[in-house]
Amino acid sequence: MVNQFSPIKYFCSISFSRTLKFLIRPIGLIFVVAFFISSISISEANEFESLLNDLGNKSRSKIKIAVQKLGELGNPAALPALNALKSKRLAVTGKGNIVILNESENQAVDVLTGEKLNIESLIFKKPRINNTVRRYLATAIAKLKLNSKESTVRLEAAKELLKRSSSSVLDLVEASLKIEKNNDVREALLLVLAKINIEGKDRNKRIESINTIKKFGSKDFYTVLERVLQKNDKGEFLEEDSEIRDSAAKAIKSIKQRQIFIDQIANLFYGLSLGSVLLLAALGLAITFGLMGVINMAHGEMLMIGAYATFVVQNLFVEYLPSYFDWYLIVAIPVSFLASAIVGIILERSVIRHLYGRPLETLLATWGISLVLIQTVRLTFGAQNVEVANPFYLSGGVEVFNGVVFPYSRIMIIVFVVFVVTAIWALLQKTSLGLQVRSVTQNREMASCMGISTRKVDMWTFGLGSGVGGLGGLALSQIGNVGPELGRMYIVDSFMVVVLGGVGKIAGTVAGALGIGIVNKFLEPISGAVLGKIIVLILIIALIQKRPQGLFALKGRSVDN
Amino acid sequence: MNYLESKQRVSFFSLKFFILAIVFFVASGIAQAADTIKVGVLHSLSGTMAISETSLKDVALMAIEEINANGGLLGKQLEPVVVDPASDWPLFAEKARELIQKQKVAVTFGCWTSVSRKSVLPVFEELNGLLFYPVQYEGEESSYNVFYTGAAPNQQAIPAVEYLMSEDGGGAKRWVLLGTDYVYPRTTNKILNYFLKSKGVAKKDIMETYTPFGHSDYQTIVADIKKFAAGKPTAVVSTINGDSNVPFYKELGNQGLKAEDIPVVAFSVGEEELRGIDTKPLVGHLAAWNYFMSVKTPENKAFIKKWNAYVKKNKLPGGSKRVTNDPMEATYIGIKMWAQAVEQAGTTNIDAVRQAIGGQTVQSPSGFEITMDAKNHHLHKPVVIGEIQEDGQFEVVWKTDGPIRAQAWSPFIPESSKKVADWTYPWVCGNCTKAKF
Repeated sequence: MVNQFSPIKYFCSISFSRTLKFLIRPIGLIFVVAFFISSISISEANEFESLLNDLGNKSRSKIKIAVQKLGELGNPAALPALNALKSKRLAVTGKGNIVILNESENQAVDVLTGEKLNIESLIFKKPRINNTVRRYLATAIAKLKLNSKESTVRLEAAKELLKRSSSSVLDLVEASLKIEKNNDVREALLLVLAKINIEGKDRNKRIESINTIKKFGSKDFYTVLERVLQKNDKGEFLEEDSEIRDSAAKAIKSIKQRQIFIDQIANLFYGLSLGSVLLLAALGLAITFGLMGVINMAHGEMLMIGAYATFVVQNLFVEYLPSYFDWYLIVAIPVSFLASAIVGIILERSVIRHLYGRPLETLLATWGISLVLIQTVRLTFGAQNVEVANPFYLSGGVEVFNGVVFPYSRIMIIVFVVFVVTAIWALLQKTSLGLQVRSVTQNREMASCMGISTRKVDMWTFGLGSGVGGLGGLALSQIGNVGPELGRMYIVDSFMVVVLGGVGKIAGTVAGALGIGIVNKFLEPISGAVLGKIIVLILIIALIQKRPQGLFALKGRSVDN
Repeated sequence: MNYLESKQRVSFFSLKFFILAIVFFVASGIAQAADTIKVGVLHSLSGTMAISETSLKDVALMAIEEINANGGLLGKQLEPVVVDPASDWPLFAEKARELIQKQKVAVTFGCWTSVSRKSVLPVFEELNGLLFYPVQYEGEESSYNVFYTGAAPNQQAIPAVEYLMSEDGGGAKRWVLLGTDYVYPRTTNKILNYFLKSKGVAKKDIMETYTPFGHSDYQTIVADIKKFAAGKPTAVVSTINGDSNVPFYKELGNQGLKAEDIPVVAFSVGEEELRGIDTKPLVGHLAAWNYFMSVKTPENKAFIKKWNAYVKKNKLPGGSKRVTNDPMEATYIGIKMWAQAVEQAGTTNIDAVRQAIGGQTVQSPSGFEITMDAKNHHLHKPVVIGEIQEDGQFEVVWKTDGPIRAQAWSPFIPESSKKVADWTYPWVCGNCTKAKF
């Protein structure tokens, strides 16, 4: 049984006890009061129980009402059941008991008695919910969570209430504000209050609300503020009080100023993120095309192989190490690198090495190879896209400003690209292989005279370029499609990046990729995605006309050859 | 010498006999070949659209096999002729010509994107072929040579928008119309724009955005949707086609855009497209179709069972993970309907069969008796709206009581509201404002 504290009933019982005070002896008094309180609790507990039972109802409208009432009752004991309903783990047994299933659905706990039940002997049905029920659930859960001890939970609840504020939460929010000490939560609660009060009748409260919004509010409040400034058909303001109108106009202005800054930061991040994706796709090509001069049309397929290697590793983890599933991506890094590198080395040994110095033939041959690779993958894995799941540390995102979310997967790709670029730079600048690669690209004959086996260096360089492509595929698998055609989407962009940056310079590729990404993302809000892409292409053409050698030109004696 | 000659004669004779035997054999083979009815299957098995179209080819072959197992048509076996137009729109027209002129097929089942349909349309009209088009599309078309077994806008887009406007659907007041940049999304959004206007939605409450084919970076667009949605209940109508759906939905999930806040209803996302996505962050987003794999009817149960058995028998890639979806159902209904019409007409002659198809009914897996409209060549179809579930299936949240008649020309677009598609006397026209006869 649940004893629920309720101020009204508490007051009733006290006043009742006062009238009895002179009539009955103290012991009897205690007895009567106790009986009275417990009878109230019983009826309330009954209501609570029947509401919980209603959560398993067949009709969605009944569930909706039950959820709403549970939110109003304010008893946090309902939270587990509500959360379970939201995540579809609430079920009704054949006998009509409501149970919560655990995640793997092999155990069940009775909501009312807390008794653990054997799942195998149970036949259960899950109540069907839709978006409307989910909306009610979100509000109800937020209301109940507002009393949580964790400030992060309270903040989340307050933000949820802000999304769907209605006057019904006014008392609850005011009560919470009195005891709330955490500044962030207070801010969110004040905004909830402001959003409700701005529509109210009390003039002072309205002005105060507008000031609160001006101070903390985001673009979400435009609609509310604009409503204050609305005009009727004759062009007269609906709001008669000019002071309220002025403060609303000021609030909009100050929010807009803040918003411009936030938008620029967001655009910069989106641009960096797009740029780093392009960079990962193009880095391998910067090595094979930039350093070795091989026009490798099959480079996109190296990305694809890397992505499929990630897929295979993921499936092996599901099969053999399901408990470590979330770490499959770490293992996939070397695997995808090696898979693409090996394919690249085989290609170099079997086809490309016979075609050095014949760009046209290389172009056609590698195009053919790309078709063969695509079809091979299609026959092995099917024409359908395959599912590569985001591990928990890459799903979701962090909210940097109000409404601006940086997804973890994007942040990780930026980190990853920094890591890959650093590794390549170190490899080329600090190791003996790197030295040999650089000498062969600068002057093949001289390097050969110095005793460097240029053929071997070619092989390793091509393998390295392909392997880096594989790493790109791993990253792309986290944000987009994994299918046989994956490489096709990126091959043109990759060539564009390398040519723009300047053939032969890794730094040029970095600048080219980030430049295209950032310019694209700053253009997109103004021009739209389709036109944005066209404008970027025109800009690139213009730049190449002006500087045919690209942003960063290779300096060296043999460059003219 | 004599001996030699006689031996030569004998060998010459045996050679003649041998040739004769071969001629007989080949002739009988030809006779046998003439005893089959050729059926064209025109779906991309490579390129971007292979994801969606491969299963249509598979289900078409399954239906043909089923008809053959039951004794074929008019005492003849059906012979499928599968060609691959490789997601290359002009190649569709070439392959269609090959099917009709060279292979002399009695009927063709094919196409997915509207671009590919528009590309084959002149070929079918010129050579008087017969095409069954199984995918939902933008309407504004009716051809004498095409039967449309997918949904027209009033059988998919309009009911979906009405649902989102209702209290149960979230009571959306602002609308984001998001699509891939080609004919289907552009036309659908044009219709929706007029429709929303007729429902009193102001212009500033509609945001229309397009992305190129194969677009993969939806960060800005999702952020824009969030910005636009602030303050009023908003819904997104997505006509994104093909591969781009995966990055779009991934971005939605990662930026924390939940279905209970901003529901996204998609017209080109079905069970097959969801196979490549982790659907957990997408629970609650919607799709509108005329059929879902999760529809619980005995007909659907039988259909899924047949499909699973076919996949297993032919060891199709994907195996037990293969699903059924709306265009597959439409393909299946189309083949059934054509077979019934051939039986009724007693011939595969295209003009006779075309006359017989109008008014044919088929018990569909979605559980309704589906009729082909003799006038506008479209199917009467039920509309179902489903929410995405964690397992990649849809749960039906709304459906019509029965099949709805298709409107080939949308009454919401002023310039086409007066047009009539009616292939019966006295109109005999797909695009007229008055009768011909």
